Amino acid sequence: MEKEIVLDMKNVSKTFPGVKALQHVDFKLRKGEIHALMGENGAGKSTLIKVLTGVHDFESGEIIMSGASIINKSPQDAQSHGISTVYQEVNLCPNLSVAENLFIGREPRKFGFIDWKTMKSKAAELLKDLDIDANASDKLEECSIAKQQMIAIARAVDMKCQVLILDEPTSSLDDEEVEKLFVLMRRLKSEGVGIIFVTHFLEQVYAVCDRITVLRNGTLVGEYETAELPRVMLVAKMMGKDFDDLADIKGDHKQLDKLIPVIEAKGVGRKGSIKPFDFVANKGEVVGLTGLLGSGRSELVRAIYGADKPDSGKIFVNGKEAKINAPIDAMKLGMAYLPEDRKKDGIIADLSVRENIILALQAKKGMFHLMSRKEMEEAADKYIKMLQVKTASRETPIKSLSGGNQQKVIIGRWLLTNPEYLILDEPTRGIDIGTKTEIQKLVLDLADKGMSVTFISSEVEEMLRTCSRMGVMRDGKKVGELTGDDLSQEGVMKAIAGGDENE
Amino acid sequence: MNKDTLKNITSKRLFLPVVCLLAVLLANVIKTPDFFKITLENGVLSGYIIIVINRASELVILAIGMTLVTAASGGQDISVGAVMAVAAAVCCQILSGGEVSVTELASPMIFAIISAILAAALCGAFNGFLVAKLGIQPMVATLILFTAGRGVAQLITKGQITYIRVDSYKTFGGYIGKCPVPTPIFLAIIVIVIVNLVLKKTALGLYIESVGINGTASRLVGLNSVLIKFLTYVICGVMAGIAGVIASSRIYSADANNIGLNLEMDAILAVALGGNVLGGGKFSLMGSVIGAYTIQALTTTLYAMNVKADQLPVYKAIVVIIIVILQSPAFKKMLAKQKTKKLSGGTAVEGGK
Amino acid sequence: MEMGIFKSNTVTTEKRKINSNTFLLMITILLFLAMYISGMIIFKDNGFAKPQMFLDLLISNAGLLVIAVGQTIVMITGGIDISVGSVTALVCMAIANQIENHGASAYMAVVIALGIGLLYGIVQGFLISYLEIQPFIVSLAGLFFGRGLTSMISTDMISIKNDIFISWATFSIDLPIGSYSKRGKFIPAHIYPTVIIALAIVIIVALVMKYSKFGREVYAIGGNAQSAMMMGLNVRKTKFKAYILNGFLAGCGGFLFCLNSCSGFVEQAKGLEMDAISASVIGGTLLSGGVGTPFGTIFGVLIKGTISSLITTQGSLSSWWVRIVLSALLCFFIVLQAIFTGIKKKK
Repeated sequence: MEKEIVLDMKNVSKTFPGVKALQHVDFKLRKGEIHALMGENGAGKSTLIKVLTGVHDFESGEIIMSGASIINKSPQDAQSHGISTVYQEVNLCPNLSVAENLFIGREPRKFGFIDWKTMKSKAAELLKDLDIDANASDKLEECSIAKQQMIAIARAVDMKCQVLILDEPTSSLDDEEVEKLFVLMRRLKSEGVGIIFVTHFLEQVYAVCDRITVLRNGTLVGEYETAELPRVMLVAKMMGKDFDDLADIKGDHKQLDKLIPVIEAKGVGRKGSIKPFDFVANKGEVVGLTGLLGSGRSELVRAIYGADKPDSGKIFVNGKEAKINAPIDAMKLGMAYLPEDRKKDGIIADLSVRENIILALQAKKGMFHLMSRKEMEEAADKYIKMLQVKTASRETPIKSLSGGNQQKVIIGRWLLTNPEYLILDEPTRGIDIGTKTEIQKLVLDLADKGMSVTFISSEVEEMLRTCSRMGVMRDGKKVGELTGDDLSQEGVMKAIAGGDENE
Repeated sequence: MNKDTLKNITSKRLFLPVVCLLAVLLANVIKTPDFFKITLENGVLSGYIIIVINRASELVILAIGMTLVTAASGGQDISVGAVMAVAAAVCCQILSGGEVSVTELASPMIFAIISAILAAALCGAFNGFLVAKLGIQPMVATLILFTAGRGVAQLITKGQITYIRVDSYKTFGGYIGKCPVPTPIFLAIIVIVIVNLVLKKTALGLYIESVGINGTASRLVGLNSVLIKFLTYVICGVMAGIAGVIASSRIYSADANNIGLNLEMDAILAVALGGNVLGGGKFSLMGSVIGAYTIQALTTTLYAMNVKADQLPVYKAIVVIIIVILQSPAFKKMLAKQKTKKLSGGTAVEGGK
Repeated sequence: MEMGIFKSNTVTTEKRKINSNTFLLMITILLFLAMYISGMIIFKDNGFAKPQMFLDLLISNAGLLVIAVGQTIVMITGGIDISVGSVTALVCMAIANQIENHGASAYMAVVIALGIGLLYGIVQGFLISYLEIQPFIVSLAGLFFGRGLTSMISTDMISIKNDIFISWATFSIDLPIGSYSKRGKFIPAHIYPTVIIALAIVIIVALVMKYSKFGREVYAIGGNAQSAMMMGLNVRKTKFKAYILNGFLAGCGGFLFCLNSCSGFVEQAKGLEMDAISASVIGGTLLSGGVGTPFGTIFGVLIKGTISSLITTQGSLSSWWVRIVLSALLCFFIVLQAIFTGIKKKK
């Protein structure tokens, strides 16, 4: 049965300075269809949604809704065209009541004044109908994040839309709540609403979606019927194979005969972020952490480094138990951490390339032992050269550099501290192919010299070429480890995709 | 070649502050032709320019503290005027031993001054705790001392103006022995030099900028954002303490109601004039120093134009507004939009925002 | 329908949880009662227990009440306005000048007051909402401007002698309650129309904040401006309106203040903005925005007034103590707020 197409995005392209976020992407949504939109970081999912909902404009392409070509210039526009969105961050006002959040902007009125009585009773009705356990008069901030998310969904649903976009709605829901959400989604489906479900949870996609669209690096990989796409194939399509001409570089490097643990994590966990895990990083070893976005890879390393203090477990550095209260403690124990989000957590935008490079080492040395100008310049020059950073001078503010070059500067920052244990979270993101390989080679060199490295990347190829062991993450939990023969594309895909139908 | 050198000069940080200063000095010279004339009268230097530099000393010192606070926390400390009063009160009260007016020091001067500065540092620590540890907005946190400070100073001086009619006390606001140069000028220079040294010889300057620009990234790199912010408030307090002692020495008394009155506003203005973004981040100490002298010179210009002291604030207000409008990103966006509209001749494709 | 299978396990009860904001307000009200009652006990002989004492409190603070309510609105949006004290001084001086030196009528004075307030509201509101300049800096400039302008009009004090104006200022309304003099004569308590006007304004504003679209939008943008925008609200416009309303109220309050002082002079209303801010915060307005009510602010003003009265009645303490106690209270409430916010974040 060919259902009527309610939303047709054709040939949409969007460029940000230096980045091609979307290139000729098509997307079709049918009436009464639940359609998953999937892709790794940088794939373009959120850009596509933002273009559709009017947060961004786009350079080329067309958006057609129910036959008419539309352009949304703002979230209000999108709303008026019948597109409701529920974002990953709860976009409600915490200081207002549940009832108000449901109805703000469209409150029931009586003689021009807000009719609180009607609003509260309507809200109570809506909450009951959707089986949400909350009172209409509770303050929103008193409800758990999960409830807040459900209320956000309730608001969107109540606004009678043709297209409902759910952007990672289940990140903070437990299984029971996820089921409730599915029930609601199926009901909306039967009422003819088209639902775009952006998620990275494979089980959920297979539980409730009719179709899947996969994006990768800003381009459309394909649109598939869920029933005809096995999990492993989906994972393969999402991660893809990256073009590179260097085959096995690992061959030239040492095999480890003795495993000396540098970092040992036992039962380390953080509520709401990562379930308790065990992890070992050995001297001279490159360990990878693989899994889809949101599976907890970054959370695991952040818990070890102290970026997000864990609330359970113990960490041992070179055999001794370590008390890590803040990143500086981890640094002094010889750890280094390259964060995933370089813009937010990495670069100090207005400071120069030189200052950005020396900052971590300077922090280690302490306030009163300022590096001499000469030392700073030499250090900066060393890594600018080694990593081939394209910059006008070492005094250029880092914000003027391209993303890839910024990334190189941050890598240089941590290499300068000469760590025993180096954590690289998506180190090659935004970097050109040639330099990617240089960095992979560099990682192997460092391991040869005795450094222990944990390497996180969305590109499995990259990790396979550098890692001798891989931890597998899924849905916020470490679910296994791969070594030896299992370290292949297939092995990794299988491990990530998980079991068959049942968890 | 010329265009490049021009661009080079105009893009330097201190360009705008220096231009402003020169503009004001020019206005002064036009109004008062002998503005730059320096003479030696009664063994001391005298002349309009000397007055400006002398009177600006407290403001310069305050502006230095304000710059650091602004850079690290993106907010301002409005209590500095009141803290000056507190420091002056402590100093004079100790020197007078409780009397209203003395002709002999009741305690060693060094003890009194150090106590005064410590008291001021304590005020800074109070502010710093609220802002750095409790995360309260700087303006609001410092509002408390702004309101209570002068009252506390009054309490210390028991509601009276305490006079220290001792020559040695007058040196900080006056002259050291036979030296023709007013002491405050020296003190201001010493403070500028010391603070600059601390910022440049330790990593503190770098840390302050880093914390002000990106607190999250700074933490991940091993910096203690809370401690650094706290320190800047303590330093600001110490600066207010020094300025308070100087101001008190000028009038050899502690007048809790008037010492440092409205100086906090001038200090903020100096920081803004110095090219520093009031929202925090990279800072230029020298910019604020130039800004402070500019404001003092502006005050002199306005006096020369027969503007009364009470009316000065009007002009200062206008200058502040113009500066912040020019600094505001929203305004720059509006300008950019106007430019692109003109360039594309109105055929811009409205494909969204 | 599969809905029934997933009935929630917890019983949905209508239990009234006392949330932190209500808790803070309760502390404020209790504090006021405690202060006032202790005053009544300690200073009974000085007439503190007489009803007129309370009414005098309202009379002296009628202007502050209106101004503080305006401040509350602005603070709910997450902003602040430290120019209101100088606006009041400007209003008083302008009115005094126009009436005494230019023969304006008392009715004209009302127009002048509201006009100045509105102008301030529009200009400051525009700079803050549309040019996105920090409210503190904008209102700081406004403060400067106002003070300077006031002294430009006149550096000497101008007393208002206009008949109509004075009659408004001294028009006293007797109330059925009162007290007995030493000789047993009944002296009725009296109230001035300023208080009635002030209370009426506060009630109207409270109704607006609770029952109008604008009022709810103010709360929304104070709670989370980003979310409010995503939900379709025009954040800039609402903020702009909030500042205009605040300006208007500052003008009103300034006029009421002038009826009290019947004069204009340069140092007038110095520090009034701090009183307004303190009253708001003590009355439960959160600095971070999104929370606050005119009702709570009334109590903030009452506390400030009580402190003033207590210290005046005591007689021997200097008036500076009022500021010190008020600042200490402000500090106490700010810290409490910070603690509660910290607890909320951890949840």
